[in-house]
Amino acid sequence: MKTLNVKQFVKKYAIYLVLLALIIIFSIASPQFLRVSNIVNVVRQASMLGIASVGMIFVMIIGGIDLSVGSVVTFVNIIVAYFMVNMGMNPVLASLVGIGASTLIGFFNGWVVANIKIPPLIVTLATQIIFEGWAYIIAGGMPIFGFPKSFAVLGQGYVGIIPIPVILMVICLIAGSFILNKTFFGRHFYAVGSNAEASELSGVRVKRVHYLAYSLCGFFAGLSGVVMLSRTNSGQVTAGQGFEFDVISALVLGGVSVTGGAGSISCAVAGILIMQILSNGFVLCGISTYLQMVIKGCVLLVAVGFDMLQRMKESTVKKA
Amino acid sequence: MSEVILQLKNITKRFPGVVALNNVSFDVRAGEVHALCGENGAGKSTLIKTCTGAVIPDEGEIVIDGQSFKQMTPQLADKYGIAVIYQELNSVGDLSASENVFLGNEIRRGVLVDKKEMARRSAEVFESLNIKINPYELVKNLTVGYRQMIEIAKAVSHNARVLIMDEPSAPLTNNETENMFALVEQLKKKGVAIVYISHRMPEIFRLSDRITVMRDGQYIQTLHTQETSNEELIKLMVGRELSATFPPRKTMVSEEVLLKAENLAGNGVKNISFELKKGEILGFAGLIGAGRTELAELIFGVKEIESGTLTWKGKEVKFHCPQEAIAAGIVLCPEDRKNQGLCLPMNIRDNISLSSARRLSRFCVLDWKKVDEISNSYKEKLQIKTPGLFQQAKNLSGGNQQKVVLAKGLATSPELVIFDEPTRGIDVGAKYEIYKLLNSLIEEGKTIIMISSEMEELIGMADRIIVLAEGHYGGEIRKEEFSQQLIMEYASKSY
Repeated sequence: MKTLNVKQFVKKYAIYLVLLALIIIFSIASPQFLRVSNIVNVVRQASMLGIASVGMIFVMIIGGIDLSVGSVVTFVNIIVAYFMVNMGMNPVLASLVGIGASTLIGFFNGWVVANIKIPPLIVTLATQIIFEGWAYIIAGGMPIFGFPKSFAVLGQGYVGIIPIPVILMVICLIAGSFILNKTFFGRHFYAVGSNAEASELSGVRVKRVHYLAYSLCGFFAGLSGVVMLSRTNSGQVTAGQGFEFDVISALVLGGVSVTGGAGSISCAVAGILIMQILSNGFVLCGISTYLQMVIKGCVLLVAVGFDMLQRMKESTVKKA
Repeated sequence: MSEVILQLKNITKRFPGVVALNNVSFDVRAGEVHALCGENGAGKSTLIKTCTGAVIPDEGEIVIDGQSFKQMTPQLADKYGIAVIYQELNSVGDLSASENVFLGNEIRRGVLVDKKEMARRSAEVFESLNIKINPYELVKNLTVGYRQMIEIAKAVSHNARVLIMDEPSAPLTNNETENMFALVEQLKKKGVAIVYISHRMPEIFRLSDRITVMRDGQYIQTLHTQETSNEELIKLMVGRELSATFPPRKTMVSEEVLLKAENLAGNGVKNISFELKKGEILGFAGLIGAGRTELAELIFGVKEIESGTLTWKGKEVKFHCPQEAIAAGIVLCPEDRKNQGLCLPMNIRDNISLSSARRLSRFCVLDWKKVDEISNSYKEKLQIKTPGLFQQAKNLSGGNQQKVVLAKGLATSPELVIFDEPTRGIDVGAKYEIYKLLNSLIEEGKTIIMISSEMEELIGMADRIIVLAEGHYGGEIRKEEFSQQLIMEYASKSY
């Protein structure tokens, strides 16, 4: 009986145990890891990932995926930088236009997935390359810098000791959680992800749910891109490279199902922190970028494999 | 009498909870067409599957050429020349006619396929059967009728001696059907034994030599076609007494027309007109594929109406999606609960509130207190047996799942509830509860459309029955005239 309880405990809090284990391992491996400055740094870096993850969670709950997140971040990076530097646009306006554009890209993804029934993997693979291409064309491959001073506040400012990006992330996480749990359309995401046909017959506008999920994904990716731009203070064509990978990995680690229908913001937070601590810890331990890629890839495989095995177990139990 | 090629002796097959075949015997002789008939679910398909090895019988034996087997395998069936033409054809569209004939059995020269030889040999087979198909034609360019012929030719090229045809005329046009009949006659002359499954009386009488009737997994009787009649056959097919009892109910039919369809067409439904009165249970009967579910989908906005009009409470309407229909006061309890009715991984409360969530919220924010109240009240009212509202829907029994689907619909306070096979896969006790629920809905002033393949259920529950046949309006039966014979007669009309 007792072993069963331990087992259940481990299963339920597995993700937090992994997080704890990582913290212990890295604090032993590197004395700098637990310093306040490093912790603040980790959380601040996590904020871009966290903001984009809030968008992606809607898409994954309805059973989709958005591979274009990374290049949308890049695209927003470049166009907002371009508007401010080359056109002298007000930073707030430029940011809003950038986020508006990314929301439209998301809407486009959702529209194609819902109406033309192309698998989301393919649709967003295409938009990924399209907007990465546009970013290169607009920037001419060069970094863009020289923004108005005020713009830096968003990514570099503090309220007390808390960095502004972290505050933004927390607001986004709360907003995401509110949408998923408190609004009627939030419940529709779960319904569509677990059974689209039954949802449609129950009066859920399945297409609209798709538009909304992908638009939200674009919106939060855009916001994440603006924060990143403000933090780095220069528009880079490589800003969002591989970013979709971190976002998807974080969510899957946090228990968001790759087949849709399940996932929550509270668990996703653990996944986001794990991904960021991995990156940070690897750097502190002097592990090369390339080896980091190898390890991160393995982490994603294990996380998805775990999710799938769990599902198979459940369905065989049901049959038996 | 010619020799018996295939004989099934006392076959019994049990599935969990059902006896699919109970001591069924059947035989077919060379050069004979033996029709197998019975209602949906009578056990015809299961019987056929025992001949091909797809189903392994629990008891009984299968005798081929005097040799007895406990069970068949696909290899054995092939070896002894038993072939089946299924309703869904298995031909590959991007291959030519001759390549399809030799599919899985290609003639090779070395590692290469000898297309010429295959074409020559299939041309021979086609000629011997009087089929006019160019062996090089791609199958996707051919009509369903020709594709079926190719499958028959394939069976013949495998030296089939027993050909089992499952509703072969169902996908065919009249002309194609004539050609198929001619082909069957040809095969008969060649000494092939043919098992012919069909619902259509005229075909059975035209083609068959003997007829075996099955009902509820039981062997009923084998008749010589010349010595029987349409009426006798229908009686044998449906001829049970009403076994389930139905709870009594007041008639609430009013004069007010709630829903009116005029020449409604689309989604496979052809020019159907009817009127639905407020307070009525209108039954829709018909065979599988008659267009009943398709009609419901048209009314409910799942599929688009191509022509004709739908009038709801005196106003012409066209629902573009189920949500519009629900908003107007119509809900659908679909046929396939697990795939269309419920979000199985979600809990009961979330399932019950799915359709009504929108109206249970203010400025998009759900009122969880109301959601809990409503879910609880329907759990009580419909007596959904569950430890709690947070159980996943997949853990419920069939009857309770059906109640959750109904609760979801009722939570939107509809005026019309469309039930598609409300008691399918539900045990007898739970069925009675569902019937009582239907009655209580009527007594509350709601109106019901009830689609069912169980004729006795329609006769027991409906105020009026409309029979569909092949997408067409087959006829209307008033309560005084209700009889299974009449329903079957209308349902087996062909157009």
